[in-house]
Amino acid sequence: MPVISYREALNQAMREEMERDPDVFIMGEEVGHYNGAYKVTQGLLQRFSERRIVDAPIAEMGFTGIGVGAAMVGLRPIVEFMTFNFSLVAIDQIINNAAKIYQMSGGQYHVPIVFRGPGGPAVQVGSQHSQALESFYAHVPGLKVVMPSTALDAKGLLKTAIRDDNPVVFIEGETLYNTTWEVPDGDLLIPLGQADVKREGADITLIAWSKMVWTCLDAARQLADDGIDCEVVDIRSLRPLDVDTLAGSVRKTGRCVVVEIGWPVAGFGAEIAYQMQRLCMDSLDAPIERVTSDDVPMPYAKNLEDEVQPQVVDVVAAVRRALYLD
Amino acid sequence: MAQIIGLPKLSPTMEEGVLVRWTKKEGDKVSPGDLVAEVETDKANMDFNIEDEGVLLKFLVKEGETVKLGAPVAIIGKAGEDVAALVEQAKAGGSGGAAAPAPAKPADGKPAKGAEDSASAPAARREPREATRPEQDQTGKAAVKPAAKSAAAAARPAPAKPTAGAKAAPAAPAAATASAAAPGRLLASPLAKTLAIELGIDLRQVTGTGPGGRIVERDVRAAAENAGKSNGHGSDDDRAEAAAHDGGAGDGDAGEGDAGDGDSAEPAEDDRAGEARAAAPPRAAATSQALTVRARPVAQDADSDGDWTDAPASSMRKRIASRMTEAKRDVPHIYLMRELDAAPLLAYRQRLNDLLGDKPGGLKISVNDLVIKATALALRRMPECNASWQGDAIRQFHRVHIGVAVAIPEGLVTPVVRDADAKGIGSIAAEIKDLADRARKRALKVHEINGSTFSVSNLGMFGIERFTAIINPPEAGILAVGAVRDLPVVAAGSVVAGKRMTVTMSCDHRVIDGATGARWLTVLAELIEKPESLAL
Amino acid sequence: MTPDSVRVEPDDPLEVLETTVEELAPLYRQMLAIRRMEEAAAKAYSQGGKIGGFLHLIIGQEAVCVGATAAITNEDYVVATYREHGHAYAKGCSARAILAELYGKKTGLVKGLGGSMHLFDKKTNFLGGYGIVGGHVPIAAGAAFASKYRGDGRVTLCFFGEGASTIGGFAEGLALAALWKLPVVLICENNQYSMGTPLYRSLAVEDVSLRALAHGMARDRFDGDDVIKVKRRIGEAIERARTAGEPTLVEVVTYRFRGHSMSDPGLYRTKDEVEEWRRRDPLGRCRQRLVDLGIQDTALEALEADVKAEIEDAVKFAEDSLPADEYLPYVVKE
Repeated sequence: MPVISYREALNQAMREEMERDPDVFIMGEEVGHYNGAYKVTQGLLQRFSERRIVDAPIAEMGFTGIGVGAAMVGLRPIVEFMTFNFSLVAIDQIINNAAKIYQMSGGQYHVPIVFRGPGGPAVQVGSQHSQALESFYAHVPGLKVVMPSTALDAKGLLKTAIRDDNPVVFIEGETLYNTTWEVPDGDLLIPLGQADVKREGADITLIAWSKMVWTCLDAARQLADDGIDCEVVDIRSLRPLDVDTLAGSVRKTGRCVVVEIGWPVAGFGAEIAYQMQRLCMDSLDAPIERVTSDDVPMPYAKNLEDEVQPQVVDVVAAVRRALYLD
Repeated sequence: MAQIIGLPKLSPTMEEGVLVRWTKKEGDKVSPGDLVAEVETDKANMDFNIEDEGVLLKFLVKEGETVKLGAPVAIIGKAGEDVAALVEQAKAGGSGGAAAPAPAKPADGKPAKGAEDSASAPAARREPREATRPEQDQTGKAAVKPAAKSAAAAARPAPAKPTAGAKAAPAAPAAATASAAAPGRLLASPLAKTLAIELGIDLRQVTGTGPGGRIVERDVRAAAENAGKSNGHGSDDDRAEAAAHDGGAGDGDAGEGDAGDGDSAEPAEDDRAGEARAAAPPRAAATSQALTVRARPVAQDADSDGDWTDAPASSMRKRIASRMTEAKRDVPHIYLMRELDAAPLLAYRQRLNDLLGDKPGGLKISVNDLVIKATALALRRMPECNASWQGDAIRQFHRVHIGVAVAIPEGLVTPVVRDADAKGIGSIAAEIKDLADRARKRALKVHEINGSTFSVSNLGMFGIERFTAIINPPEAGILAVGAVRDLPVVAAGSVVAGKRMTVTMSCDHRVIDGATGARWLTVLAELIEKPESLAL
Repeated sequence: MTPDSVRVEPDDPLEVLETTVEELAPLYRQMLAIRRMEEAAAKAYSQGGKIGGFLHLIIGQEAVCVGATAAITNEDYVVATYREHGHAYAKGCSARAILAELYGKKTGLVKGLGGSMHLFDKKTNFLGGYGIVGGHVPIAAGAAFASKYRGDGRVTLCFFGEGASTIGGFAEGLALAALWKLPVVLICENNQYSMGTPLYRSLAVEDVSLRALAHGMARDRFDGDDVIKVKRRIGEAIERARTAGEPTLVEVVTYRFRGHSMSDPGLYRTKDEVEEWRRRDPLGRCRQRLVDLGIQDTALEALEADVKAEIEDAVKFAEDSLPADEYLPYVVKE
């Protein structure tokens, strides 16, 4: 089976969907001639021409709204935000328009649009370029929110997102583009709203998404040396959330740590923790633990940036707390 | 047609207004949009523009008067129309065409961009929404009281003081607030509690190693390991057993012989009989449960050439083994048998079920439900059998709680129907169905497994004609019920077809002598063979 | 205040354009129906409490939506703001469905889910009323983008007030429509007041159409009293979009006789000013023109009676309809 990068997987997904459906097009800053700020759309302009790979000036509110209008009348736009930090400029179009048009129009118009781009911290890019904003979008009914952690998930979820008739916020891991995974050829479609157990285990459930899945897998390897067997569940979609898979895991192990890279207050991990305590109360041996970033804007200096974000050592500590060790 | 005009809603929060002045006169012709008056509202002085076409025939309100929202202020119509009737109607309080407007529900929060500030009228009240996913029940009373502060997420709030080492959450504040648990308060994780029920561990005897002395899973497992060494004297907690796995064997209506009528969940066979074991095949647990015992395969003895395999005994089996042994060893059993005419009971049951009608999933009364009611009433009438040997005293129970044996693949549970003598037959049937269902899902609460004063066990659906059951200490008796059989019987000097059911009462001879037990069985027989007396 | 060096006056409001009874009568009928429908809505709101929330009326501005939509077909797209009842009606939505929607009924245009500010109708390609003004301009540009992408020859009209011309969405929509040459006509209904703020307190230069110059976009600016002038002039912009595929920014100067919404105390303009504009009421002007063109009295009376009946029927329909009863199926499309 081919091993490809996360970036390549996204590129393949878009290419395949654009071949398959002439109504799919991509719009964003530097997506065409520049081959993509993160090279995700590399080569697509050559293949598809400017009509379908549309370079936009710095006007997120404008081109996002154009995407919404075009989607209403039947096209299937993929709007790229260079990073999701810039989506805040267009948040009116996403939340006030895209998420609500299906309902406001009594079901007459729907908005089959994908908003995609990298999110979360990178390396020393400062507070305005390091935000994990998925909790904002996951809060909104009418949107779907998807965050792949591996190249396999990236390809399968993006293809499904493009074919979905609803607005999908598709947040990629900015530091995951170079990671690789085995990805089968062919029309790989992974359903939205379905979690994935990335590592089976018996003693404790770690719930995470995007980059934090990798952190949890690293922590699990380390904890295995101490005889602690972790189950790592990748939620893959925030909205809709696959509570059944998560609850099944927590009921099995009796302990749960939710790991997220975003800020703690009202972060999406709090919603997961609520659902798990609601559904798995009788199975819990310990309170649900949660690991997040510090509640601060991201500082620039490397050592401070590392300090702020959740690291393997933080996940390990949380696991040990839940097991009443130390 | 003349019509009454009411005071319009000129601001979202307006409830009344003062008619400051009329800008038109009676008799003036007006068109929609024309200004007719100035009205002072809670917000400002507003223009009252009329929305109708016609002649202002009469003003009903004077300048300076305060008017409620929607109340009549004027009459509009064609010139010359007679308005007397409308004036009367207005005085009487009717506002004709203008009904009192419903309270406005302006949009919440920021309205259309650029619109004025929205009044925040409260949303209309409606039924509270159900919790989105009401699933598991809360477990019983020994719940940990949640520490108030532990609701905070595991992260540090800003401003954060960097701590040495891992960026970890503050240690669960539950430790701080829970450590001062008042005496008599038991701190245990939900998992620990559920496990304790399954393993028959008394949480009060367990030392907790969690924060604040919280009992956690490993503490209960450790206690269970040690439990095999000491057997308590049949304390109530010790008797607690819970269904740990999926599947419930032995559904079916006791006493019918045919398994077809299985509407009401039935208490199944009694493992304590020693002889007949559960015939139903064990059902594998469909999903892994928190209480799955991780069996480790045992290497076969090299000498045996593969003729046998040891499976480690589960905690439940170990417990059953120790309790049965104790009962057989310490309790002097005597066994009294009696064959009952079951025909009246069957007829009575049929009448009850006809009354209940045929609803899918609806309640059906079983023979066993009736036997349980009869047993409870018999104990009420002859309380000597509702007692317990206490060593130097005989304890007389004042209430009748019947333990009903329910089979599950790994063993046996005996949920309790409390005050069964006072409950209606329908209530008993529904309760047993519920308890049996939950027994299979290991969702019984502690108080539902403890506290029986007498037990009933029924193997009728497996074709057992009669059997002897082992008493459940500290009770003094248990009734074993066999199948209803078709037999040739003698009635009025002839041999006819009859229905017979054999019951066997095991008595603790320290409390119940043969004669006492026999008298009790007579009382029971009268109740069962004249089932209408169950209603008395 | 606009410096004299850039002041551009709109055209002579009293200019008379060629037309016929055949052309003008249906336009008059539409304007009258919209006027009566809006009056009925106002009455239901203030007298009966049957309409809640916000209600923004087009009374006084009917010539703009009627004239503009008269120059397009059913296949063309229209996007408007929350003051869009007239636009929806002119595009082909029924008074029944519009009023029932205002009344929050199941039979409303969007099943009671949108209300006054969110009218949508796929059959007539009415792409919505929007509450975030200016944010809808890119949406209109998007519909135009799709037309260009597909080469289907459709044109999009986007209506907004001058108050929306200051927000980012308008600026970005304008910029992208010009850059990518999208077949959209951006129609600014300059009724001279954004809620309570007169134009000179919002814009340094009180000519919205001048913005087009910054983007090399075609522009126009005229008075909206005469429905025929609206039809002709916006018709030119529509033609430009359809044949050359290029956008136009059109500013139509008009006036609303009622407040911004039903809760507006109207303290920011004088009664005399309102009266002066009422004398120029496009509805009355249109009626007079019909008379001047020689329409039969009986035809005019029949037309007006017909409108009266239509609106009375629509009100009754709205009152008698069942209330809205579901919302869950309309959140996520399965």
